[in-house]
Amino acid sequence: MTLRNLSEKPVGVIGAGNFGSAIANILSLQTKVLLYARDPNVVAHIQQHRENRGHIFNEQVTATNDMAYMAKECDVLFPIVPAAHFREMMKILSPYLRPYHIMIHGTKGFDIILPEGKTLETMKVLSREHVKTMSEVIKEESVVVRVGCLAGPNLSKELAQRQPSATVVASPFQEVIQIGKKLLRNDRFQVYGNNDLTGVEIAGVLKNIIAIASGALSGLGYGENAKGLLISRGAVEMIYLGRALGGNIKAFLGLAGIGDLVTTCNSPMSRNFTVGYRLAKGETLTQILGDMHEVAEGVNTIRIVKKCADFYKVRAPITDRLYKVLFEGMTVPEALGHLMRYPLDVDIDFIQDEANLDIRSPFNVT
Amino acid sequence: MEIVEKKNKNIGYKPILDGIPNWPVYQLSKNRKEFLEEVTEKSIARIKELRPTRKQLIDELEATVYREQNRMKRNRWRVDPRDENAFWAEIKKDLVALNSKSENEAPDEILRKITHRYANEIAGSFKASSYKVARAVIKFGFRRLLNGARVKKFGAIFRSKYTLRDKIHIVGKAKMIRNLARRGTVVMVPTHFSNLDSVLIGWVIHSLGLPAFLYGAGLNLFNIKIIAYFMNSLGAYKVDRRKKNLPYLETLKMYSNIALQKGAHSLFFPGGTRSRSGAIETRLRFGLLSTSVEAQRNLYLEKPNPGEEVRKIFVIPVTLNYHFVLEAPDLIEDYLHVKGRDRYFPEQDNYGSMQLLKFLFKFFTKGSNISVSIGPGLDVLGNYVDNEGNSLDAQGRIIDTRDYFISNGKVSVDLQREDEYTRMLGNKIAKEYHRINRAFASHLVAFVAFEMWMKQFPKLDLFSILRLPEEDLEIEYAAFKETFKRVRKEIYRLKKENKINYATHFKGKADPVIQHGLDNVGTFHLKRPLLMNKKGNIITHDLTVLYYYHNRLTGYDLEKFI
Repeated sequence: MTLRNLSEKPVGVIGAGNFGSAIANILSLQTKVLLYARDPNVVAHIQQHRENRGHIFNEQVTATNDMAYMAKECDVLFPIVPAAHFREMMKILSPYLRPYHIMIHGTKGFDIILPEGKTLETMKVLSREHVKTMSEVIKEESVVVRVGCLAGPNLSKELAQRQPSATVVASPFQEVIQIGKKLLRNDRFQVYGNNDLTGVEIAGVLKNIIAIASGALSGLGYGENAKGLLISRGAVEMIYLGRALGGNIKAFLGLAGIGDLVTTCNSPMSRNFTVGYRLAKGETLTQILGDMHEVAEGVNTIRIVKKCADFYKVRAPITDRLYKVLFEGMTVPEALGHLMRYPLDVDIDFIQDEANLDIRSPFNVT
Repeated sequence: MEIVEKKNKNIGYKPILDGIPNWPVYQLSKNRKEFLEEVTEKSIARIKELRPTRKQLIDELEATVYREQNRMKRNRWRVDPRDENAFWAEIKKDLVALNSKSENEAPDEILRKITHRYANEIAGSFKASSYKVARAVIKFGFRRLLNGARVKKFGAIFRSKYTLRDKIHIVGKAKMIRNLARRGTVVMVPTHFSNLDSVLIGWVIHSLGLPAFLYGAGLNLFNIKIIAYFMNSLGAYKVDRRKKNLPYLETLKMYSNIALQKGAHSLFFPGGTRSRSGAIETRLRFGLLSTSVEAQRNLYLEKPNPGEEVRKIFVIPVTLNYHFVLEAPDLIEDYLHVKGRDRYFPEQDNYGSMQLLKFLFKFFTKGSNISVSIGPGLDVLGNYVDNEGNSLDAQGRIIDTRDYFISNGKVSVDLQREDEYTRMLGNKIAKEYHRINRAFASHLVAFVAFEMWMKQFPKLDLFSILRLPEEDLEIEYAAFKETFKRVRKEIYRLKKENKINYATHFKGKADPVIQHGLDNVGTFHLKRPLLMNKKGNIITHDLTVLYYYHNRLTGYDLEKFI
C-alpha cells in the first residue's frame, strides 16, 4: 500500500561511509535516495563522479550537505554514522524531525553519557543509565518514535559486488519492518523482521568484541578448531551480556547474532578482525588505530562492555581478557592461556534460565 | 511534640462548568440509549474485524459461552444479574442451532445479543439528583465526623473548624488539570491501593471544581452496598475483571473509546486492580489505556486536514498516598501467595460495609492523613503538555500530536502501532507515579526497618524471613535512627533530581519524624507492623504487613543505603 507513495518521496541516508554508501546503493534500486555527507568535498565528489569508496551510484542517488532539506524531503531516514558521532548528528538533525519520520539506523556501537567531569577511565562501573543504544539516542534527542535498526552479516565490499546477503530490520513497529523490507529487498538481498529492537542492536554491537578475538586467534596462526571454540563460547558470552543489557535470547540466535558473528569472525576484511590480527602480531593499539581509515567500533565497545559486565556481575571472560590486552598491556598469548584454563561448568545453561525468569519478576502480581 | 502537616493553602476551586446539564457525563447519560446502540454496533464491527471468518467467530462465541458458564459456576457475586444462567443457556442453544444450519448464516445476531447485554451491564447511569445527594452526604458526613472527633467538646459535631481539605492534601498540578479540562478531554489515571480510592478520587475531582468524570470502577466494589450506592450516583461504569472473553473486552474498550471521543472526562485505574504488593505500579494494563490513543486518532481521522482544530485528550497521572491501607493484610497475603506459589498459604478474609464504616470512623477520629499528588498533563504519547495543552518535546519545542498518526502524509489506522504507543504511554505514566509520589515518614520507617532485617539475614530468602518469629526481631534505636537519616538524605537527593517528592512532615529533626512514622504506619491494623518497645527499640508485631508498607519505597534503589 505504501510502495507507490514512498517511491515519490526520496529516502534519506545519513553518512556516506562504507556501509552508508552500500545501503544507499541498495535503496537506489527501489527509490530515489538523498545521501547526506558531512564533508562538502565528498558531496561534490559523488555528484561529479557518481562514486564513493568504490561504490558506483546510479542516477537515483543525489548527494547533499543540507540536513534541513533532507528532513523536509524524506519521511524515511537511514542514519549510518559512527556511534561516537551519532548523538551529535541527532542534535543537529533534531529540530527538523517530526513524529511522522521513520528512522532505521545501521550503526553498531554504544553511546555513553557520563556524569560531568568523568571520563570512561575514571568511571569504575557503567550501567544502562550511562550506556545507550542508537535507537535510544534517537528517541532521547528527537520526537521520532518509529525507530528501527539494520543488522546482520553485511560486509560492505560484498554488498557492493551484489553478492547474495541478508539483513534484519528490527523494530517494535510492524510498520517500520514492512517499510524496511519494501525499500531494501531485491533479488540479491533478503530482509527479515524482528520485533526485539534492543536485542538486535545489542547483538550487533557485541559481536564486534568476538570479531577482535577471532582476528587475534588468526594472527597467532591457529585454525578452525580454535575458531569453532571461540564462536560458540563467544555466542554464549554475548547472550549473557545481552540479557543483562536488556535484550532477549532470540535476537542472538538470528542473523544479527550468530549470522553476523560467523561472518565477521571469518572475515579478514572486517576492521575489528584486523585490529585483533595485528594485536596478535605484536603491534600496539595506538599503532593500529594510527593507520586505520575508519572506526573499529569493537575497541570502544570492549571498554564500555567490560565496565557494564562488572556492574551487572556477568561472567565475560573473553571481553575481560581483550580489555587487558588492549589497555593493560597483556599479550595475546597470555590472554589465550588464561582463557584455556578458565573453569567452565556447562556448555549451555541459558535456555533453562530463561524459563525460570518469571518467578523472580518483582512487582504487581495480578 | 506533634508534627502537623502544613495547612493546605488552596481554599477551594470554583466549578469550571456552571450547570450540571453542561457536563459531558450528563449529556452521555441523557442520550444513554443511542450511546449504547453506538457502542454495540461498533463493538460488533471491531470483533468481526478481529475474527474475520465465520468459523473463527463461532469458535470465539463458543469459548465465550464456556467461560461465562464456568465463571457462574465457580465465582458468583452478589451483583451478578439473576437471569445470567438463563441468558447463557439460551445463547448456547442458539449456537447449536446455528451449527446445524447452512454455512451461509452468520452468527451476527448472537453476537449482537451478547455485546448488547455487555454494553448495558457496563454502562453507568449518571443522575444529576442522586449525584447531588451523594456529594452532599459525603461532604456533610465527613465534616461532621471530622469535627466531632477532633475537637473534643460537646457540640463540636456541629462546628466546622476542620474540613476534609485538612485531612486530604491535594498537591501538584491542580490548576493545570482545570486548564486542560477546559481545553480538551481529561483522562485521569490514579494509582490503586485501596477500595477507598474510588470514593476519595470522586471527592478530589469535585473539590477541584471539575465536572463529574466517567468512572471505570471494578465490579467487585459494587458488592459492597454502601460503595455501590456512591459509585452508581457518581456515574461509574463497571469493569468486571472476571470476564476475559473477547466480546466483553472489546465492548468495554469501545465504551470508553466512544465516551472519550464525545468529550467525557474519564477516570480509570490503569493498574487494573489494587496493588497487591503495596508497591507503586510499574506495569500497567493496556486495555483501557489504549482507548485514549485510539480515541485521539479517531478525532484526528474525523478532521483530516492539518491545522484543523481537534479536541485533544490529556492523560493525568495521580499518585495516592496513605499511612494506612485497610485491606493491606489481605492484599499482601494475596501477593505472597501468587509470588511464592505453594510456599505460602494465606488465610481468607473480606470486608463488608460494616468494616468500612468502622474504618471511616477510625480514620476521622485519629490522625491519618491522605495525600493526592496530581501529575503534569501528558498527551496520549506521554509527552508533557503546557498549560495551553500544546505537546512539548524534551527540548521544549511544540509538537503536533497528529504527526504521530501520520503515515505517507495521511492520518492512518494501524492498531499494532497504537499498541506500541499505548505501551510507551503506560511506561511514562508508571515513571510519573514514582516521580510525583509523596513519601511519608511512615513509609520510610517501614522501609528502613524491613530492609535492616533483610540485611541481618543475608542467607534467607524473602519467604524464610517472613516466617521468622516476630519476638526475635529487634533493632537498636540508635542504629535505626542512623540508617533512617542516611536513607532520608538519599531521598532528599532524589527529590533534587526530581525523582520523588515527600510530605512536609518528612523534614526536620529525625526523632520526631521517626515517631510520626511509627505512630502512623498501618496504625489501625489489629497487629501493628512497627512500634517501639519499652527499651525504646524498634520491633514488629506483623512482619508481613510491614513488608507491604515497605514496598511503597521500592523502585528507587534505596536498598543500597541500608
